[in-house]
Amino acid sequence: MPSVERHQPARSANTGAAGAVADRIFAGITCAAALLALGLLGAIMLTLVAGAWPAIRAFGLGFVASAVWDPAQQQFGGLVMIYGTLATSLIALLIAVPVSFGIALFLTELSPTWLKRPLGTAIELLAAIPSIVYGMWGLLVFAPILSSYVQQPLQRSLGDVPLLGALVSGPPVGIGILSAGIILSIMVIPFIASVMRDVFELTPKLLKESAYGLGATTWEVMSQVVLPYTRSGVIGGIMLGLGRALGETMAVTFVIGNMNQLKSPSMFEAANSITSTLANEFAEASPGLHQASLIYLGLVLFFITFVVLAGSRLMLARLARSEGART
Amino acid sequence: MMAPRPVYPPGRLSLHAWRRRTNALALTLSVAAMGFGLFWLGWILWETLRLGLAGMALSLFTQVTPAPNDAGGLANAIVGSLSMVALATAVGTPIGMLAGIYLVEYRPRGALAAATRFVNDILLSAPSIVIGLFIFEAVVAPMGGFSGWAGAAALALIVIPVVLRTTENTLKLVPAELREAAYALGAPKWRVILAITLRAARAGVVTGVLLAVARIAGETAPLLFTALNNQFWASDLAHPTASLPVVIFQFAMSPYENWQHLAWAGVLLITLAVLGLNILARALARGR
Amino acid sequence: MPHSSAPPSAIEVRSTPKISVRQLNFHYGKFHALKNIDLDIPTHQVTAFIGPSGCGKSTLLRVFNRMFELYPDQRAQGQVLLDGEDLLARTHDVALLRAKIGMVFQKPTPFPMSIYDNIAFGVRLFERLSLADMDERVEWALRKAALWDEVKDKLEQSGASLSGGQQQRLCIARGIAVQPEVLLLDEPCSALDPISTARIEELMAELKSEYTVVIVTHNMQQAARCSDYTAYMYLGELIEFGATERMFFKPRRKETEDYITGRFG
Repeated sequence: MPSVERHQPARSANTGAAGAVADRIFAGITCAAALLALGLLGAIMLTLVAGAWPAIRAFGLGFVASAVWDPAQQQFGGLVMIYGTLATSLIALLIAVPVSFGIALFLTELSPTWLKRPLGTAIELLAAIPSIVYGMWGLLVFAPILSSYVQQPLQRSLGDVPLLGALVSGPPVGIGILSAGIILSIMVIPFIASVMRDVFELTPKLLKESAYGLGATTWEVMSQVVLPYTRSGVIGGIMLGLGRALGETMAVTFVIGNMNQLKSPSMFEAANSITSTLANEFAEASPGLHQASLIYLGLVLFFITFVVLAGSRLMLARLARSEGART
Repeated sequence: MMAPRPVYPPGRLSLHAWRRRTNALALTLSVAAMGFGLFWLGWILWETLRLGLAGMALSLFTQVTPAPNDAGGLANAIVGSLSMVALATAVGTPIGMLAGIYLVEYRPRGALAAATRFVNDILLSAPSIVIGLFIFEAVVAPMGGFSGWAGAAALALIVIPVVLRTTENTLKLVPAELREAAYALGAPKWRVILAITLRAARAGVVTGVLLAVARIAGETAPLLFTALNNQFWASDLAHPTASLPVVIFQFAMSPYENWQHLAWAGVLLITLAVLGLNILARALARGR
Repeated sequence: MPHSSAPPSAIEVRSTPKISVRQLNFHYGKFHALKNIDLDIPTHQVTAFIGPSGCGKSTLLRVFNRMFELYPDQRAQGQVLLDGEDLLARTHDVALLRAKIGMVFQKPTPFPMSIYDNIAFGVRLFERLSLADMDERVEWALRKAALWDEVKDKLEQSGASLSGGQQQRLCIARGIAVQPEVLLLDEPCSALDPISTARIEELMAELKSEYTVVIVTHNMQQAARCSDYTAYMYLGELIEFGATERMFFKPRRKETEDYITGRFG
């Protein structure tokens, strides 16, 4: 190094200084980009709060408990939509969690090696299909089939039974909370299943062999050893799926029926979710309380998904940490 | 020593038979779950193909969206989608990449990096309709109207976390020796990053961009109240702009048969594009 | 290297064989990992497998409880007789086999559950015990593994909260609790400190009165200290098998001698 300086002092000093400046500029740019990405979340929250402010002032927290949504009277409450969002997501999880567990078990323990990748990819492709495709398929293909093969037979056999009859009432078109929940479940299966598969594969081989070595069956190893071992990761995956289901817009908007009602407990009655209400009403809403109330709804949705996704992230980080401590 | 070593208890075999049945049942259900997942994939793709092919025609690409019960195509929607996706990718990719570089090369540890990663993970799965609301408040309202610019901005915000995540993940895989070798030659850090590290991670970064494009190409919700829709050619992105997903939404929900046919054709186009990009991205990622 | 391997000296083995290996060959994919192994493992004795890493000693151990079957590209051909019955036969139920042949691994593998449940896990697979009987069994197994006094007050704590040596004894207790006939130990001390190792070696000496113990070890002193019989393996072949004392003092084969005296390689 000293010899280089002695022979070419000017050039070396020159590139050195220019390099240092360029370095600082580049570091500054990347830092700005990271800060932008970091600040985005806060910016979204603040903007939503500002946009929703008239509604927050008018209705306060009672907004989430009121089922009145009447643009003509300028009275707004989000209970119907919040219920729709939660109910559809709950149905989605009820279906998606066991199915995803089965898929993850298949991919980690049962599948022949050569089939693992193609089958894993196929399941992940379910997540790649745009939600508008799910929506259109759900409305025009799936709903009629659900109606004629599930809803109508149920109505025929349960229609006169008290309580149960109410659960399956509604016009025989196959749309409503149940179809939205079923389609959501298909959409979140790939997310939950691939997290489950990944955390199952983190389980140390020796731990599994120890359980097999005692004479446990595959099912016993998975349910009693692998599942407890990966519990926080599995919960993280389920919460990730829940976050996806809560915020899904198009698929739900197509099949939920878009009707503000809470009176009927039926799984086949048209309803509304936060996202479907936003998708249908926002562009036409008049500025003022109506628009602010819609933004308030969006804020509630963002808050719920934030809590769920943050929880998911923390659970997954916890598994990664205990994994790191172990090895 | 206490308890004697007993002969095997008589219950062992009957219990064992029950355990075997439980296991067989569970494994059968697992196979069924796999079948369940594949079944939906197959069914959705099949219907999309069947109904979409029926509507395939050259006029899709040459004519604008028609009035109800009229002939037409999707040309304005396709062009609108392409231009908004291209613009969003062009804006979102460098931001996501630079932020990813910062997290790996400049500040891998510490509160700022941890917070950025955390926020990015949330944004990756945040409801896209909320992004639409944000852009409505931040762009559409101040600018006084719906526009293709606003639509592109909303999509760009979705690109950033996807690219950031994949850039970070792939840069982390670049071996430290490679960077050290470049530093040993006396290269400044920014040149090492751009010329060596980023190039070594090229395939991974490109994969991330392809996945981001695939993701936004099918997004509808963030466009609903940013770009809105437009039945005709938009002269530029300063006006409401049609996009394939929003047009599909409008047409599919309508009672008009010709609109529904066009919607199926559009769905097939989007599905082919998105799945094609996904498979390409995977092939690229695997090639490494 | 010479391939005319002498037949394992059956004369030295006086007790009846618990496990008899006959013409066993093993493949990992295309790799031939065990070549024509013939071996008799005596009942109620400690048998050690020694040899350089990659010689197939762990592979042989994992044939005895068919652990290799978890991996699709691994195959065994030949016969392994447990009390005269071929345990490789398809008709032989693998779960019941593993209840008879317990295994302890290189690293402690406590299950993600309490100490008590770690022991009870295997027992519940095969027996329905009353709570009192189960308590008794857990205590019995922990006492056998010389762990009871250390954990009797914290049975509800997680198995992972124990020290490495305690965890390994927990795993031995877990294996014993099922009341197997054979105990396979795959380098059980490789992750342990010398004191914990000494405790496990003592334990082996006690266990052999009731169990047939097979231990794989890379530590020759350990084999010399605590085994009755030793098998030396090299590159997938059984080079020499006999009483430990004789093997260490008067090896019959040059390769064995080289390995034992450290002139190997």
